[in-house]
Amino acid sequence: MSELVSIGEKFEPRIVAFFCNWCTYLAADLAGTSRIKYAPNTRVIRVMCSGRVDPQFVLEAFARGADGVLIGGCHPGDCHYQEGNYKALRRFYLLKKMVREMGIEDERLRLEWISAAEGDRVRVVVNDMVEKIRALGPLRLKPPAEPVAEEVTAA
Amino acid sequence: MSDKPKVAFYWCASCGGCEEAVVDLAESILDVVAAIDIVMWPVAMDFKRKDLEALADGEIAATFLNGAIRSSEQEEMAHLLRRKSRYMIAFGSCAQLGGIPGLANAWDRNSIFQRVYSEGPTTLNPENTTPQSTLRDNGRTVTLPVFYDTVKTLAQSVDVDYLVPGCPPTPELLKQAVGALLSGELPPKGSVLAPDRALCDECPRLSTKPEKLAISEFKRPHQILIDHEKCLLAQGLLCMGPATRSGCGALCIQGNMPCTGCFGPASRVRDFGAKAISAMASLLEAKDDADILKALESVPDPVGTFYRYSLPASLLVRKKMEAPSDAL
Repeated sequence: MSELVSIGEKFEPRIVAFFCNWCTYLAADLAGTSRIKYAPNTRVIRVMCSGRVDPQFVLEAFARGADGVLIGGCHPGDCHYQEGNYKALRRFYLLKKMVREMGIEDERLRLEWISAAEGDRVRVVVNDMVEKIRALGPLRLKPPAEPVAEEVTAA
Repeated sequence: MSDKPKVAFYWCASCGGCEEAVVDLAESILDVVAAIDIVMWPVAMDFKRKDLEALADGEIAATFLNGAIRSSEQEEMAHLLRRKSRYMIAFGSCAQLGGIPGLANAWDRNSIFQRVYSEGPTTLNPENTTPQSTLRDNGRTVTLPVFYDTVKTLAQSVDVDYLVPGCPPTPELLKQAVGALLSGELPPKGSVLAPDRALCDECPRLSTKPEKLAISEFKRPHQILIDHEKCLLAQGLLCMGPATRSGCGALCIQGNMPCTGCFGPASRVRDFGAKAISAMASLLEAKDDADILKALESVPDPVGTFYRYSLPASLLVRKKMEAPSDAL
């Protein structure tokens, strides 16, 4: 994705957002039906639960040119699957620690609890994240990652 | 030379442990040597580069190359051996995934040279001399191989046919690999020559693994008296068994030490460290931010812990670098 930003052009952060089906995705939906305006920089991917967000998804997003990754889930205690968001929270903190060690700034990886009623919260979080990443500039990982290939197996 | 199949063993950025795996074949090595002609083996035999160059392309049946690629000389040798060999086998963690030398991808050439040639506590180097790839002196030019910023796996350098995991691979896996090559009964190109299950599956302590693990904090082996029979995760140790490919025979577990993940991931996992982070973090029992952060203080170095053998093969490949010192 990086090549889309040419020199001299204004930098527009590209954020991959993983929103859970039951809360944050509905909040984004509500933001839309309520005609709430917010920065168009997120590419939203709907997952069934924030606990479904494999750390590999986050790293692959960075490796393929995302400047930031946002994960949205239900508030603690509200998970449709009871425990998924707690798992997401634990993974998030350990992943964040690892990603920081790899030189990727804290602002580029964010986890937010946004319930289905909080349409305006989507606007606040996305706008805030876009501004913070705009200030940081593009991520520009080098060398670019290898294409993500499936391993060959006999079966 | 006889018409037995020719085999080469070679090493790049490695420690020599993989050579041990060959020697550890013990008396089976006689069967291997009876069936093949070794044409290159720097650790044990006196063949030179010119001997390799004298061979026809594809004349070597198989090269077992251990070690990661971190210099131009290693890359050149890998290309030469690739050209001369019908099968190129990445042998051991370093060739397969980058291995321990691959942890250098958390630094770069300049920071490594600074540490090794200037800042080391026993180093005296007032002129701050560091290795150069070329030097002109009295009208003559001397050269050294280029030291790369980024360590590569063998497959990131040359086309690889098969991979044998392990730090080092077990003699049993080597025997099976040689056997498969000699018999011609080979799996599809690109296969890892080891079972495709998680280590827990063959762990002798599997029956003591609780249905649900809830770890309050991770322990390091020197901090506790380790029970000889109980699942190591259940004792709070960071055991990579759930994320690691089996095939080693649970050697470390039998030595009462947790798995560190040298066999790398099973086939459906792209990034070992990410999956290990996923598995280990979800075993914590803490539920709120402060408790989770507190528990994670017991993992001071996630990159060194979860990518101990696989940083160059990871999705991020290396630490973010502002200005590369070599264009690769």
